[in-house]
Amino acid sequence: MIYPDSKIVLEVRGLCASVNGTEILKGLDLTVRRGEVHAIMGPNGSGKSTFSKILAGHSAYEVTGGTVMFEGQNLFDMEPEERARAGVFLAFQYPIEIPGVINSQFLRLTYNTVQTHRGKEELDPLEFDDYVREKMKLLEMSPDFLERSVNEGFSGGEKKRNEILQMAMLDPRLAILDETDSGLDIDALRIVANGVNQLAGKDNAIVMVTHYQRLLNYIVPDYVHVMEAGRIIKTGGKELALELEARGYDWVGAECKAASEAAA
Amino acid sequence: MSTSDTVNAGYLESLLAGRPHVPASPLAWLNTLRSEAVDRVGVLTVPTQRDEEWRFTDISQLNRMSFHPVRTTVDLQAEEAGRFRIEEAASRLVFVDGVYAPHLSMIDADNGVSVVNLEAGLAANAEALESCLGRYAEFRNEVFSALNTAFLQDAALVVVPQDVSVSAPVHLLFIATQKDVASYPRCLLLAGSGSVVTVIEDYVSLQEDAYFTNAVTEIVLAENARVNHIRVQREGMKAVHIANGAVSLARASNYQSVSVAFGARISRYNLNVRLAEEAECAVDGLALIAGRQLADTHTCIDHAKPHAMSHQLHKCIVGGGAHAVFNGKIMVRQGAQRTDSRQSSRNLLLTNKAHVDTKPQLEIFADDVKCTHGATIGQLDSEEVFYLQSRGLSETVARNMLTYAFGAEIIERIPVPSLKSLLEQTVLDQTTVQP
Repeated sequence: MIYPDSKIVLEVRGLCASVNGTEILKGLDLTVRRGEVHAIMGPNGSGKSTFSKILAGHSAYEVTGGTVMFEGQNLFDMEPEERARAGVFLAFQYPIEIPGVINSQFLRLTYNTVQTHRGKEELDPLEFDDYVREKMKLLEMSPDFLERSVNEGFSGGEKKRNEILQMAMLDPRLAILDETDSGLDIDALRIVANGVNQLAGKDNAIVMVTHYQRLLNYIVPDYVHVMEAGRIIKTGGKELALELEARGYDWVGAECKAASEAAA
Repeated sequence: MSTSDTVNAGYLESLLAGRPHVPASPLAWLNTLRSEAVDRVGVLTVPTQRDEEWRFTDISQLNRMSFHPVRTTVDLQAEEAGRFRIEEAASRLVFVDGVYAPHLSMIDADNGVSVVNLEAGLAANAEALESCLGRYAEFRNEVFSALNTAFLQDAALVVVPQDVSVSAPVHLLFIATQKDVASYPRCLLLAGSGSVVTVIEDYVSLQEDAYFTNAVTEIVLAENARVNHIRVQREGMKAVHIANGAVSLARASNYQSVSVAFGARISRYNLNVRLAEEAECAVDGLALIAGRQLADTHTCIDHAKPHAMSHQLHKCIVGGGAHAVFNGKIMVRQGAQRTDSRQSSRNLLLTNKAHVDTKPQLEIFADDVKCTHGATIGQLDSEEVFYLQSRGLSETVARNMLTYAFGAEIIERIPVPSLKSLLEQTVLDQTTVQP
C-alpha cells in the first residue's frame, strides 16, 4: 500500500551490471518505499532475475555502474550475509536442496544468526519449535517438513512455501520474490500468496519479479514496472499488468522507442 | 614407483616367518584351508601400481615397514574398551590386536542370534562353518586375503537362524593397542532364510603408532534374509588397513551397507557383492580424509541373476594433501535381465592439493536392464554457498554446513542412532573450519 511520506527502503540509480563480460543491466532506476508492493515484469532475458540476484549479493554478477542504497546504506559495501541481516530477503526462483541438513536445524541457525545481529534474543530448540510451527500454519505446511533435509525431495510448491516460511521468520525490510509463481499449481499459488499478503505491512516492502500476471491476481501490486533490455521502460499501476497479459510486451518497447524518437 | 619383486617376497616371507604356531585343528578342512592359503601367499606378490587394480594406490611403504604378529596380548581394562561401546548393541565381540577378549565381550544368549568366536562356533556347528568359512572371500588371487586365511586362528561368527529377527545390533569391535603389530581380523556372518540382523564391524585404535590390520569379512544371506551392515574404519592415523569383504545374496535377500573410512594412513577396502534373483543391495560409503591419508574403496557388484537391484552412493571428502580412490564395478551377466542398478560417485575436494581418482565401471552382458552411473568431482557449489549466505550465514559457516551435509547424507543412512550421532559429530568436527 502506498503511504504518503513513507521512508525509502531501496533506491536504485543507473544500475549497470554484467556477467562474464556480457552487459545485462543498462541503467536501471527504481525507488521503493516502505509499505509498497512492486511488480517487475518483462520478457525472458530482460534482466529481472539478474537484478534480484544483484540485490542479494550474488558474486557472479559484476556491478559496472550506478548506485543502490538500502535504508540509506550503500548496498554494495555489504556482503550477502550482511544484507540478509540488515533485512534484504531473496526468495529464490530455484531454492537449493541441501541433503544432510535437517530443515529445522537450518531454519533455527539462520533465525538465530539474524536475530543475534539485530541485537535480539536467540531461541533455544524448544522455543524455536513453537515459533516455527506457528509460522508454518501461515503457509499450511505440515510439521513433517521440519524433520526433512532442506528442500530435498520437496515439490515445486513445497520449496516455494519453504522460502516464504524463511521470509516469515527473518522478517525482512525488503523481500524480493524471484519468479515465486513458477512451478506452482493454483492451490499452492493461493497459499503462497496468502502467506506473502499476511507478511506485507507498512514497515516493509515487497518486490515481485515475475513473467506472468497470474501471481498479481493474488498479490496486488501498487506499482507495475516493465523491464526490457536491462532497464525499466514503463511504470504503471496494477492495471498495467492486465494490459501486458492481454497485449504482450512488444507494444511497450515500441511505444517507448517512438517516445524517445519523438523526443530526439 | 617401482618395487622389485624380491622386496615383495621378502616382505611376505617375513610376515609368514613370524606366523605364530597355529595348532593343527582336529578338523581336516580347516587345516587344508590354511595350508592352501599359505601356498598362495608363497606364489602371490604384494601388488604395485603396475597392477591395474592398484594403479592409483601406492602401498610401497609397506615394504619399508616391519610388522609382526601379536606376541603378547594386552590385558585391556573394561573402561578402556568401554569408550567404544555402542549402547544399542545387544551383543559385542571384542578382539584386541586380533586376539579374542572374552572379558570385554558381551553376549546376549536369549535373542536367538549366535555370536561367538571361532573356537566356540566350531564346537557348536563345525559343519555349517566348513561350507562357508573361506568359501566366499577369494584368496587364490588376492594376497591380503590369502595372508588373512593363512593366519586364520580366530574369527567373529554371527549366525542368525531361520526367521529370527533381531533389532538390537551386533557389535564386532577390533581394537589396536600395540605398535608394529599385524593383526588379521576375520568375520563370518550367516543370515538364515527370512532372518533380519544388523551388524557393526568396527575398527578402532588406542594408540597412534603404525600397525597393520588385514581383515576379511564374509557375509552370506539365505533367501529373504535382510542384513544391515555398518562398517566403521576409524583406525589410528599411522595404521595401514587392508580389508576384503565378500557378500553373497540368495534369492530375494536384502543387503544394506554403509561403510565409513575416517582413519588409517593407508586404507583399502575391497568389497564384492554377488546377487541372485530378486536380491537387493544398497552399498553406500563415505571416506573423510585429510593430511597425507590415502583411502581406497574398490567395489564389485555382480548381477549374476535376473531381477536384482543394486544402489550405490559413494562419497569422498578430501582435505589437506590426501588422496581418495574409488573404483566401482557393476557387472551385469548374460541372462541377468531386468537388472536395476544405480551407482553414483561424488567427491568433494577441500583444498588444491587434495586428490581423487574415481572410476565407475559398468559391464553389461544382458540387454533388458536399467543401469545408470556417474561421477562428480568438485568443490562446493557456489550457488549453494550463496543460498546460505542470503539467509544471513557467513561464508565460513555456509561452507562448513555444506561440507558437513555432504558427508551427513551417508551417515544418515546408519540405522543405529547412537553410532549415527557419534559419526555425525566426527564429520562435524573434521569439516568445521574456524572463521
